[in-house]
Amino acid sequence: MTLRGTPIARAPGFIANDTPRIVTSRFEYDDSYSLDRYLATGGYEGIRAALALGPEATHGEVRDATLLGRGGAGFPAGVKWGFCPPGVWPRYLVVNGDESEPGTYKDRLLMELDPHQLIEGCLIACYAVGLSQCFLYVRGEMAVAQERVAAALNEAYAAGYVGKNILGSNFSVDIVLHWGAGAYVVGEETALIESLEGNRGMPRLKPPYFPAAVGLYGMPTIVNNVETLANLPWIMNNGAAAFTQIGTESSPGTRMVAVSGHVKRPGVYEIVNGTTTFRDLIYGDDMCGGIRDDNDLKAFVPGGGSAPWFTEDQLDIPFEGRVAGSAGSMLGSGAVMVMDSTTDIPSAALTLTRFYAHESCGKCVPCREGGSWLEKILTRIVEGEGTNRDLELLMEVGQTICPGDFPHASSERLGLEAVPFPYQMTTICFVGPSAFTPVHSAMTLFRDEFEARITKRDLIPVAVIGGES
Amino acid sequence: MTDVNQSASSTVAVTINGVDIDAHQGELLIAAAERNGVYIPRFCYHPRMDPVGMCRQCLVEVDTGRGMALQPSCMLTVSDGMQVDTESEKTKRAQEGMLELLLVNHPLDCPVCDKGGECPLQDQTLAFGPGESRMVEEKRHYEKPIPISDIVFLDRERCVLCDRCTRFAKDVAGDPLISFMQRGNETQVLTFPDDPFNSYFSGNTVQICPVGALTAKPYRFRARPWDLEEVESTCTTCSVGCGVAVQASRNELLRYQGVDVDEVNHGWLCDKGRFDFESVSSAERLRTPMLKNPDDAAELVGTEWNSALNAAADALRDRSVGIIGGARLTNEDAYAWSKFARTVVGTNNIDAQLADGLDATMIASLPKATIHDACSADTVLLIGPDLKEELPVLFLRLRGAAEKRMTKIVEITTAPTGLTRYAAESHTSTPGALAHDVSNVLDADPSLTTGRVVVIVGRANLAASPSEVEEAVGVLQRRIPAATYLPALRRGNVMGAIDMGLTPDLLPGRVSLEVGREWFENAWGTVPDAAGLDTAGMLEAASAGRIDTLVLLGADPIVDVPDRDLVERALAGVSTIVAVDNFATTSVRRADIVLPASGYAEKGGTTTNIEGRVSALGQLVTPPGTARADWMIAAELAYRLGGDLGLESVGDIAAEIATVVPSHLAPTPELSPETLLEESDVGDTSDDDDEQVPVVPSIDVPAPAGWVAPAMSEMKPADSYALRLVARRSLYDAATATAMSPSIAHLAESAAIRIHSSELARLGLTAGDHVNVTSSKTTIAIPVAPDDSISRGVVVMGVNQPGVGAGELIDLRSAVTEIQLETR
Repeated sequence: MTLRGTPIARAPGFIANDTPRIVTSRFEYDDSYSLDRYLATGGYEGIRAALALGPEATHGEVRDATLLGRGGAGFPAGVKWGFCPPGVWPRYLVVNGDESEPGTYKDRLLMELDPHQLIEGCLIACYAVGLSQCFLYVRGEMAVAQERVAAALNEAYAAGYVGKNILGSNFSVDIVLHWGAGAYVVGEETALIESLEGNRGMPRLKPPYFPAAVGLYGMPTIVNNVETLANLPWIMNNGAAAFTQIGTESSPGTRMVAVSGHVKRPGVYEIVNGTTTFRDLIYGDDMCGGIRDDNDLKAFVPGGGSAPWFTEDQLDIPFEGRVAGSAGSMLGSGAVMVMDSTTDIPSAALTLTRFYAHESCGKCVPCREGGSWLEKILTRIVEGEGTNRDLELLMEVGQTICPGDFPHASSERLGLEAVPFPYQMTTICFVGPSAFTPVHSAMTLFRDEFEARITKRDLIPVAVIGGES
Repeated sequence: MTDVNQSASSTVAVTINGVDIDAHQGELLIAAAERNGVYIPRFCYHPRMDPVGMCRQCLVEVDTGRGMALQPSCMLTVSDGMQVDTESEKTKRAQEGMLELLLVNHPLDCPVCDKGGECPLQDQTLAFGPGESRMVEEKRHYEKPIPISDIVFLDRERCVLCDRCTRFAKDVAGDPLISFMQRGNETQVLTFPDDPFNSYFSGNTVQICPVGALTAKPYRFRARPWDLEEVESTCTTCSVGCGVAVQASRNELLRYQGVDVDEVNHGWLCDKGRFDFESVSSAERLRTPMLKNPDDAAELVGTEWNSALNAAADALRDRSVGIIGGARLTNEDAYAWSKFARTVVGTNNIDAQLADGLDATMIASLPKATIHDACSADTVLLIGPDLKEELPVLFLRLRGAAEKRMTKIVEITTAPTGLTRYAAESHTSTPGALAHDVSNVLDADPSLTTGRVVVIVGRANLAASPSEVEEAVGVLQRRIPAATYLPALRRGNVMGAIDMGLTPDLLPGRVSLEVGREWFENAWGTVPDAAGLDTAGMLEAASAGRIDTLVLLGADPIVDVPDRDLVERALAGVSTIVAVDNFATTSVRRADIVLPASGYAEKGGTTTNIEGRVSALGQLVTPPGTARADWMIAAELAYRLGGDLGLESVGDIAAEIATVVPSHLAPTPELSPETLLEESDVGDTSDDDDEQVPVVPSIDVPAPAGWVAPAMSEMKPADSYALRLVARRSLYDAATATAMSPSIAHLAESAAIRIHSSELARLGLTAGDHVNVTSSKTTIAIPVAPDDSISRGVVVMGVNQPGVGAGELIDLRSAVTEIQLETR
């Protein structure tokens, strides 16, 4: 076998470090996406192992690995698979490749650089749960990912890895590709299912809470993130025990983190789950290498645009969902956005809020009306047209979207205690609260910067008639 | 769709604001609360549609065992032990917040908004909203309003995007022509490009819109809600009997709103029923009696009632008389005319059906099904007209039931209908061969004969003899003895007219002349001996000179009887035509004596729907000019002919019906028509001593008439050179009420002959070309329209579309109508 590719140090946007490689092991080959390279590096051995084990044992292996979903909610995949009501057929696997959380671009690399790994992950999941139909939903804007996944799928069909009687067994699966049409909310699993069915991408009402009960075309449906599935071949090849050796007990394995913003080396890193801290990630020499121009860190978003912000007080928090949650934010989709001391905080908040207001599907009132109202108020403040009253209004409109205490980080500087994640919400999905999150974090941690922008007052000062002047 | 009938008896214990209530198993919290007197504000929730939880206005604090949390009460099914607080600070804060958000982009143009005064957004803001607005930004702007159909206008600035209209269009009407476009703050309801919201049910979206975003042309800027007077009534545009609230201002009808009658219409109306009120206040209404100008037969000259009634009495005295029509009357009018014909004129020549219906004895004697029965039956067999065109709300109910898998529709039809796409099976039938086709379908699938079967029976094809339907019913009676029947006869009160004896073979109460004779001789003093003629028989007799005077009782036989030639000969053959009508229709213009009748909402009474359900008609406005109720005209004529009907008010008649009409003998006072009238507060219920009401004799109540199905006739072999004609009605046609309602009149499509495109190709024709159509009667020229859903060998024509009608071609005596097409 001749392989065209030669190992290279870095694939675009990917930075190798010393972390164990579970999902990014082929990224350094420039033909990492080809079937030849995949087969030469242990490809499609995981599904062979699964077929040898049988479906129940395969499911058990994944459950034992405590593979947490990598889409944002961090729900264990093996448990989710068990939610399918028994005896209801057909059931479907839907792959959520509509990665669109601001700052997140890890699934894109997985699809662009190692599509066969994803396909093998789909096969293993389908085999374990007893599914014969898989829908691979790829975000509309990811042109290269679409091409690579499509080409890989054609190769896999031609080589007999997908289709009827895979590898000579009686296990058959069809994988259907579907391109998204450019809506952020379709990353929400029920909106994705609506979109897949050909409807407007709008979240479904809960209950039913899980598509595993009632999903695509009203049938039980497993929705898994790309990275989650990409872990499965390694788990089947190396066993759950090997997987749980890495990371912590509650957050085993590795995870991919996409770093953007004011660091020296932004990119996607595969880090050890549960033990790696934000300080390791941002300041580690084998990772981001510190803040650009060696500026001070002002704030960072730890888990995608919808996560409440952290500051340097939280740098030593590890990538462990529960720890991040009690500290007032979430790890979400694995996107870290770093803001250095030069950052204009109100403008940064506006950038994020504008995104969520724009991406509101328009279904429920607090998000549709509240999100764009927040954007309008914030725009006014950033442009120097705001009043003192607008600052209160921002928080009160946010209260209508998210009643009660809103999670935020602690701050030594301000003497603030953390309010743990999650928030309460009056909306159907998280898009509405996400429009408020940056506003709330920025206002809570950097209120002085907003006040500095206020040039107008609520009331025109009036001289007291008859008073002393 | 919440079906109130389904509300299970099992209850769950729920506490709302500290008070225990009994909620039904499966009930939504918002509905359970409302039933128990706690109103939770809402915009998107509608009891007849699936909840979507979009507006978030109905958020309340609920504890289902995991602590208090805000939850949308329209999405939450009640569960045992549920604790609800609709008045907590958190609930109030959330509800105020939602209203503030709904108002940030609302234009607040309430002073010029038709909804102002009856607007859920206004009302709920007052009750649940914040006192002030903090929005200082520019609001959303759209062009306003834009027409989304010929009748409905959309103002997107006022819209709160509750998904009610769009859900209705998609889920209830099955016309998904309006939808959300764009997203986020730009979300708006729109039609698709070049595809207007042409739905037969579009008016319902206007009624359920919780703001003034959707308005209907006939009501725009016509009244303020607080100026409207209202009476509950029943729609008589067709015979489904939908509940309506009739609204008027300054003695002019301005609007109908659907009233939710659980058994019948679920609150929905069709657009024809909703908007044809315009005809009631039409300037074309007959205002004064008229007599034919002796010098100019083409002219009618106004006169006063005395002369007209005397002339009419003269024409009825000692003459051979036929009375055609009566399906547009109230039950009370119909009873008065039935009694008048039998006791004063002395004839059984009276028929409310215009040779386009079915044997009245069959209709009266078939075991009856309700609409609810049909919507919950194991099988609904459709052998009748296109329900979407003729009984639209029955179509809605059946469509909904089929979509929810509550029933299975099996259709046997000569051409596709509105229900074809919702039917589990749609079998194509050859015109004239219905009985054979029904028999074959049952042979092929005997499972159709088991379980609860409801047959919807009517005339699918007016170009074929009704005997094919009667034979088919015979087949069904033999094969499915337990089946029940829902008649699909369309004219407003045709069922009431049959019940009141406006048929040649039946006396009031569905009893035959023979069986009922003793009872009615006792009640009325006399019943004519001679058997009567039906409409076809009267027309034949008239054309042969055997009838002297023809009374048209709200009938326009020239357009409605599907044999134009016969009607023309009949009208030419009689010496006097007396017309009682609202309008100078084509037939009325041929009359010698015209008596103006009061119309809808101008008189009280009751009406009977296809199920046999009697409901009230409300009076709200006064008739134009000197027009009078039909029963009064009968009573006046009786007086002039030396008789006395003994009926002096609607209440009198209702009381007499309750004591004389065998099928309507009131088992309890609550169920009598008289009580219905009292409840609806219409008519004089005659509190003075009623010595005229005959005392019920001590004879046995006569049994209802029986009906024996005709044997199956031989199928007429098809002429291989001829095409078979299917003549059907459309919702919007040239009928008077539609033609006189400007908002809907133009929706009637002009006449065309629909035919499979391969037949057109054979003739070398393209769409729109005129073709000569020849039957045994005549040749007419009519444009062609290709329609590949129609079987080859069959052509479809409207009966009464603007232009030329199928009635020109049909011979009532023929089993089927065969036609030839020739290029011109």
